[in-house]
Amino acid sequence: MRRLISASLALFMTTTAAFAQAVPGGKLNLIVQPEPPSIMIGTTTNGPALLVGGNIYESLLRYDENLKPEPSLAKSWTVSDDGLTYTFALQDGVKWHDGKPMTSADVLFSANDYLMKMQPRHRNLMTHVESVTAPDDKTVVFKLKEPFEAFIRGLAFYTMPVLPKHIYEGTDYATNPANDKPIGTGPFKFDEWKRGSYIHLVKNPDYYVKGKPYLDELYYQVIPDGASRSVAFETGNIDVVPGGSVENFDIPRLKDLPNTCTTEKGWEYFAPLSWLWLNNRKPPMDNVKFRQAVMYALDREFAKDVLWNGYGKVATGPLSSKLPFYKDVEPQYPHDVDKAKGLLKEIGYDGKPLKLLPLPYGETWQRWAEAVKQNLEEVGIPIEIEAADVAGWNQRTSNWEYDIAFTYLYQNGDPAIGVDRNYKTSQIAKGNPFNNVEGYSNPELDKLFDEAAVAYPASKRQELYDQAQKKLQEDVPVAWLLELGFPTIYNCKVQDIVTTASGLPESMRDAWIKK
Amino acid sequence: MKDFWKRFSQNRGAVVGLVILLLVVVLSIVAPFIYTKSPWAMVQRPFIPPFTMDAFVLGTDPMGRDLAAGLAHGARVSLLVGLVSTVVSLLIGIPIGAIAGYFGGWVDDLLMRFTEFFQSVPSFALAVVLVAIFQPSIYSIVISIAVVSWPPVARLLRGEVMSLRSREFVEAAVLSGQTHSTIIWRQILPNTLSPIIVLASMMVAAAILIESSLSFLGLGDRNIMSWGYIIGAGRTVIRQAWWVSFFPGLAILLTVLALNLVGEGLNDALNPRLARKGR
Repeated sequence: MRRLISASLALFMTTTAAFAQAVPGGKLNLIVQPEPPSIMIGTTTNGPALLVGGNIYESLLRYDENLKPEPSLAKSWTVSDDGLTYTFALQDGVKWHDGKPMTSADVLFSANDYLMKMQPRHRNLMTHVESVTAPDDKTVVFKLKEPFEAFIRGLAFYTMPVLPKHIYEGTDYATNPANDKPIGTGPFKFDEWKRGSYIHLVKNPDYYVKGKPYLDELYYQVIPDGASRSVAFETGNIDVVPGGSVENFDIPRLKDLPNTCTTEKGWEYFAPLSWLWLNNRKPPMDNVKFRQAVMYALDREFAKDVLWNGYGKVATGPLSSKLPFYKDVEPQYPHDVDKAKGLLKEIGYDGKPLKLLPLPYGETWQRWAEAVKQNLEEVGIPIEIEAADVAGWNQRTSNWEYDIAFTYLYQNGDPAIGVDRNYKTSQIAKGNPFNNVEGYSNPELDKLFDEAAVAYPASKRQELYDQAQKKLQEDVPVAWLLELGFPTIYNCKVQDIVTTASGLPESMRDAWIKK
Repeated sequence: MKDFWKRFSQNRGAVVGLVILLLVVVLSIVAPFIYTKSPWAMVQRPFIPPFTMDAFVLGTDPMGRDLAAGLAHGARVSLLVGLVSTVVSLLIGIPIGAIAGYFGGWVDDLLMRFTEFFQSVPSFALAVVLVAIFQPSIYSIVISIAVVSWPPVARLLRGEVMSLRSREFVEAAVLSGQTHSTIIWRQILPNTLSPIIVLASMMVAAAILIESSLSFLGLGDRNIMSWGYIIGAGRTVIRQAWWVSFFPGLAILLTVLALNLVGEGLNDALNPRLARKGR
């Protein structure tokens, strides 16, 4: 027996018909900051590359704001009852930008060959996969080794982009000349890249979703100076300022301009969460009561309101509230100076000064470090702020040479992909600033996380993750700060600017300009 | 002494400078008693404009910190950095200049080439590089300022010592069998004191400026509230809160101006002949 989870293409077309007032035509100017080294997202996966490349390349699925899968290159899919076999039916009439038809062979090539060589993240996902096969031109079947439920959320355009086999097969992927003139299946085609100035994309007239995209042209403008980026938006030369591309302190001014809209949506998949690494190997951070005291000492509401202009949300624990399996469980740590002082007194903390390493990402983070220092000193923990550039920060955190350090990481759609890496014992390894840097180790929690990753169906996973969240919130291996909010600021004439969980990169196919 | 004061007070600018300077010194001494809380403490809501709340005369910065407290505590940092780094650079510059001027010949050549090596690099750029290499801290800042500001001292001293070296009283000392170090210490250096004092007062001003510039660029000590830091942090919000950058900027301007005026007054007072020629 098979269970159909997706809507058919017909249904898909009717839902888009709800936006029937959309009018075609027009061009948009967006900011891309910083200028990416390449927009071939099979090899380059940083934010700016994805922002542009997401219009050119697509994957099998896309995700709505609740991370529910929606059709992209796959028009429908089924999952077997044991959670081991995923069968995808591809869209009809999909063509590469050079006119060749897109088939299941391209999906196979991307999943089995290209991405295995080029992307560590894809290799990680594929450790759960036994085989990828194509019974015919329009069907792709993934057979899993174990029921890894997170798999369905691992098929986004930047985790598994479908790449053209006829261009890349048998070539050196990194140096293929097509990397400079990307060929994809997406709603927009590459036209021109004037280095240091702009990247120009044009409408793909053969796009397989009839009537889309609405826009004729996209210009991704490169403006290296932060103040100039703000001014470019103020003067109307830029229509869309993607989240994170102007300094935080410019946001209140920009969003108060006439005819200006903002949205915090479009970050549900990444779900950036910030926290303080507390080096669990060193006293006093090895004491759970000390770590709890740190949590009570932090005034996170202040940080959200003053430093982040009210955007974002105070984190309740290890999972962002945008993530599936998130639950607001006890214990929670509201700002409570007396409780923090009490805990410190209880453990007889000696008042030894600790070092705080800020994130070297500009003014906001520097100010935040000053606020945290103030919060901690208020309860009697003397703090010295250290100075480090990006390389120094990477080196210090990945080699565990710190007391307390700022960070923020993407949670990538599922706790088994983007959360447990920070808490499992098996993830303690020097040289990587994104794994279990704090050195927390708890066999009970390891077991919970391991079971939760392969439990099936989702309701079973939920129970296990509830327990894991509670356990972590009791132990406070790191001090969770905020779910960061990176608002997209745009001219209100632009409609439907964010329609998926990954935001701007995927949404331009739906965006249109109100006349 | 009475003469000295009379000559100093003839320069009206110098007196004004001295008054301002004394005010700053007093402010830096009493700061911890008036503003007992840390200047980093977030005490009120952010962005309170100046002269609207009696408790926070100069308003608050983007983090709700009291700007007046920051200015008072910053005065101490600025003066301290200025004085200490000047003392350190005198300690480097005076021996080098004295030895080069006294012995002459290849010693002079060697030391002066070494000095020129430092002079040929723009001093602020060198200070930035040094601070970046040694990690920003109050010590590395003082040392870097000292390292970039001693060459003028050495050159000045060398010139003074060379001219004194051939005077009769020095030759008499040589004939009487005094050692080189005694001659330098007892006979020559005391006579170079007045130009050094004048130069030093200007150097303190320059040091305050360099420290402020470093802090402005984000290369200051992250744990110390200095004027340059407040301006640097306030620069990002200058369109919403002008006062955050304005008041510390004014403080730097006044202090540096005061030091320069005092330096000029000292010059008049200590080198009466030179001064009269100048008029």
